[in-house]
Amino acid sequence: MSATPPLLEARGLVMRFGGVTAVGGVSMSIGEGELRCLIGPNGAGKSTFFKMLSGQLLPTAGEVLLRGRSIAGLHAASIARLGVGVKTQTPSVFDGLSVLESVRIATNAILPPNLARRRADEALERMQIGHLAKAVVGSLAHGQRQLVELSMVVSQAPDLILLDEPAAGMTGREVERLGDLIIDLVRTCSVIVVEHDMEFIRRIARTVTVFNRGVVLAEGPAAEVMSDARVRDVYLGKEAA
Amino acid sequence: MDYALIVLLQVIATVANLAMISAGLAVIFGMMRIINMAHGEFLMVGGYTALVSHQAGLNLWVAIFLVAPIVVGLIGAVVERLVIRRLYGRMIDTMLATWGVSLALVGLITIAFGNTVAGISPPLGSVEIGAYAIGCYELFVGGVTAILFLAGWLVLARTQLGLIARAAMQNREMAAALGVDPAKVYATTFVLGAAISGLAGALIAPITGVVPSIGATYIAKAFITVISGGTSILAGTLSAAGLLGAVNSMFSFLMTPVLGEVALLACAVVLLRLLPQGITGRYFRRAL
Amino acid sequence: MTGSLRSALGYVAVAAAAYYALVVVPRDGDIAVMINGSIYAGYAILALSLALIWGFGGILSFGQASFFGLAGYVYAIAGINLGDTAVALFLAVAASAAFAAILGYFMFWGRLSDVYLGVITLTVSLILFRFFNQTAGEEWTIGAAPLGGFNGIPSTPILTPIGHPDQPLSPENIYILSVMALAFCYLLCRFVIATRFGRAVVAIRENPVRAELLGYDTRLYKLGVFVIGGAIAGLGGVVFANSVFVSPTMFNLQTNGQVIIWVIVGGLGTLAGPVLGCFAMLALSTWLGSLNGVASGWTDPNLVMGAVLTVCVVTLRQGLLPTVVAAGERLIATLLRRIRIQKFGQPHAVDEPL
Repeated sequence: MSATPPLLEARGLVMRFGGVTAVGGVSMSIGEGELRCLIGPNGAGKSTFFKMLSGQLLPTAGEVLLRGRSIAGLHAASIARLGVGVKTQTPSVFDGLSVLESVRIATNAILPPNLARRRADEALERMQIGHLAKAVVGSLAHGQRQLVELSMVVSQAPDLILLDEPAAGMTGREVERLGDLIIDLVRTCSVIVVEHDMEFIRRIARTVTVFNRGVVLAEGPAAEVMSDARVRDVYLGKEAA
Repeated sequence: MDYALIVLLQVIATVANLAMISAGLAVIFGMMRIINMAHGEFLMVGGYTALVSHQAGLNLWVAIFLVAPIVVGLIGAVVERLVIRRLYGRMIDTMLATWGVSLALVGLITIAFGNTVAGISPPLGSVEIGAYAIGCYELFVGGVTAILFLAGWLVLARTQLGLIARAAMQNREMAAALGVDPAKVYATTFVLGAAISGLAGALIAPITGVVPSIGATYIAKAFITVISGGTSILAGTLSAAGLLGAVNSMFSFLMTPVLGEVALLACAVVLLRLLPQGITGRYFRRAL
Repeated sequence: MTGSLRSALGYVAVAAAAYYALVVVPRDGDIAVMINGSIYAGYAILALSLALIWGFGGILSFGQASFFGLAGYVYAIAGINLGDTAVALFLAVAASAAFAAILGYFMFWGRLSDVYLGVITLTVSLILFRFFNQTAGEEWTIGAAPLGGFNGIPSTPILTPIGHPDQPLSPENIYILSVMALAFCYLLCRFVIATRFGRAVVAIRENPVRAELLGYDTRLYKLGVFVIGGAIAGLGGVVFANSVFVSPTMFNLQTNGQVIIWVIVGGLGTLAGPVLGCFAMLALSTWLGSLNGVASGWTDPNLVMGAVLTVCVVTLRQGLLPTVVAAGERLIATLLRRIRIQKFGQPHAVDEPL
C-alpha cells in the first residue's frame, strides 16, 4: 500500500546568500488540514524558508514537494496557481486600488468573472471588512491592511496558506478575531504561521516547529515544545527577559 | 602584421573612447544609482568650452584639461543645487528632470553658437604603420583614459575620500554611519561626474567636432556601457567598454560604423537578459 | 466637485471636441488646418500609447518613438513596393507590435529595473535613428523604396481605399481618418484598462510582488500591455507618415523627449490628459516658432520644452493639467461657497469636503 504523499514536504532545503547560510538544511512536512506554527528568534531563517516554499527564492539545495510534485524552481506565480497562498511579513497590498478591487484581482486570477465576483464578496464578509469595500487600501490602518491582504489570499481558497506574522500591528480585538479565523481556515486547508506573539501561538497552536540559526531545533505538540529547555534557552528565555 | 597591429590599435582606441565618454556617467550612477540624462549635453558643453576658449586664444591643452572640466563642473553644481537635490530618492523623477536639463542645454547652446558644426583639427599628427595610419591624438586619448582610470583606482583604494566613496557605493546608510553627510557626498559626486564629462567632451571634440545635438550620439553608447557594466564604477565601465568596444569595432570593420553600434546595442540587450544587474552585478562584485 | 459631475463634464468636452474636429473643421475646408490636424492626431496617438503603458502599466519607456518611426518606415517601404497601402498599414502596425514583443521579451524576462528599462528603450530608439540616418546611399534601397538617409522617404505613399491602390485619399479624408484613428485608440485604451487583463496590469504596477503571489505571471502581462502600446504607437506613426512623410527625426531624442513631456504635462495615470498635453505643447511650439526674432532667439523650442519638463518634475507632483484643473475646481468650490453664504447665511454643516 502506497501512502498518499503529504500536502507539502520540504527536503533538506538550503539557502545561502554569498557566504551566509540563512537556512541550513530544513526538512519538514505538512499534512492536509494541518495548522503548523513556526517560531524562532529573529534571523532564524523562517521568512527565508517561506520564500523558498512560495517560489520567491530559489533554494541553493533541496526539494519542495507539493502533493509529491517538485515545485522548487517554479515561478512564484505558478506555485500560487497550484494552490499556495502567501501573506507576507509587511502587508503587501495594492495601495492605489480599492479593497473590493484588490480582492477581485485575486479571484480574477483563478476564476471566471461571475464566480470571481461572488467569491470576492464572500471573502470580504468572512474577514468582516465588507464595510470597507470601496475604501482605497492605501488610506487604511495597518491592521486593516493586514486583513485586506488576508482577504486576497483567502478568496483564492488555496490548499495551503503561508502566514508570515499575521498578527503584527493588530489591536487586541483584531488579534482575537484573527485567531478564530485561522482556526476556521484550517477546516478547509492547511496553514503554516510564523509568529512572534506567544499568547497568539498558545491560542491557536497544535504542532510547533522551532527554528534556530537556519535549522529545526525542535518539533512537536505546542505544550511539549514550549517546555523544552533548549527552546526556552534560544527563544522563550529571551522573550521573558 | 601591420594590419593586425592597426586593428588592435583601433580596438584599443574604441574601447578607450567608450570608457572615456562613459566615465562621468558611471561615477554618478555608481554612487547615486541615478542616470544623468543630461550626460550627453555635459560632454557637448565640454567640447564647446574647449573649442571656444581655444579660439579665443587660449592654449589648447589648458582649454581641454582645465577650462572644460571647471566650466562643466560648475554647471553640474548648479544643476545639483536646483534639480538633483530636490529629488533625492526619486530616481525616475531625477531622470526626467535631467532630461529636461538636457533639452534646455541643447537649446541654450543653439542660441549661443547656432546650429552648425564647429571643430578644430586634431593636434599631434598621425603615425604610419606600414601602409596604414592612425592619429596620434586618438592614441593620446587612450593614454589619458588609462591615466584617468588609474587615478580613479588610486583615489578609491588608497585615500580617505575613496573610503567614503566606497561606503556610499555599497550602501547609502553606510556613508552616514561613517559620519559623512550623504547630501555632501552626492553633491560632490555629481559635480565630479560633471567635471569628468566636461574633460571627456573636450578631449574627443577635436576628433568628432561639435554641434549642439551631438550629445545624442554619445549617450546611446554611454548609457549601454554603464548599465551593462553595473554599479561598480571602474571595473564595470572598463569591462563593459572592453566587451562592447571590441564588438563595436569588429562589426565596424566588417560592415559599417553604424552597424557596429547596432551590434553593440544588440550585444548589450542580450547581456542584460543574462545578467540583469550588469557585469559587475554578477562578477567582480567587490571590485571598485 | 463630485465624480459624476466631473465625468459628465468630461463626456461633454469629448463630444464638443469630436464635433469641432469632425464637423466644423471639414466644413471650413482649410487644408492647412486639416493637415496640421492630422499631424496632431498622429502625435496624440503616440502620446496615448505612452499614457497606457507608463501611466497604467508602470513601464518606463523612454523610447516610445521607436515604434512610431519603425511603423512609419515599414508603412512607407511596404506601400511603395506593394502599391496597396491598406496592406502596408496592417504590416506596419504588426511590425511595431512584433518589435515591441521582441524587445519586451528581453527586458521583462531579464527582470530589468525601471531605470534600466528607460535607458534601454531610449537607446534602441537612438540607434534606430543613427541607423536610418546613414541610409543615404544607393545600396540602401529596399525593393523600389530608397531609404534616403537623413532626408527620409519624401515619396511616402498616401493611404488608398482597400482594393483601389490607384486612388490615394484626399487630405480631407486623411484628416477624418486620422481623427477617427485617435478616437479609436482612445476607446481601445479605455477598453483595455477596463478588462480583467487591464485591471491586472494596474495591480502589477501597484505591487508586482503581490500580483505574482496571487498567481499572475507579471512578465506576460507587462509584455502584453507593452505590445499593445507598441501597436498603438505604430498606428500613430502611420498617421504621421500620411500627413508628412517618414524621416529619421521620428526616432530622435527630441521626439522621444516630447512624448515624455506630453504625458508629464497632461498627467501620468490618465488617458485624456496626455492627449491634451500633446495638443497644448504642439500649439506652444508652433506659437514659439512664429515669434521668430521678436524675443531675440530665447524661444528655442528645446530650451522651452526642457524648462517645462524640469519645472514640472521638480515642482509639481501631478502634472500641469491636473494641477490646473484641481486649482480651478478649488476656486469654483470657494466661489460657490461664498455665493451660498451670501444667499443663505452661514451653512449649517459642511456637507462636502473640499
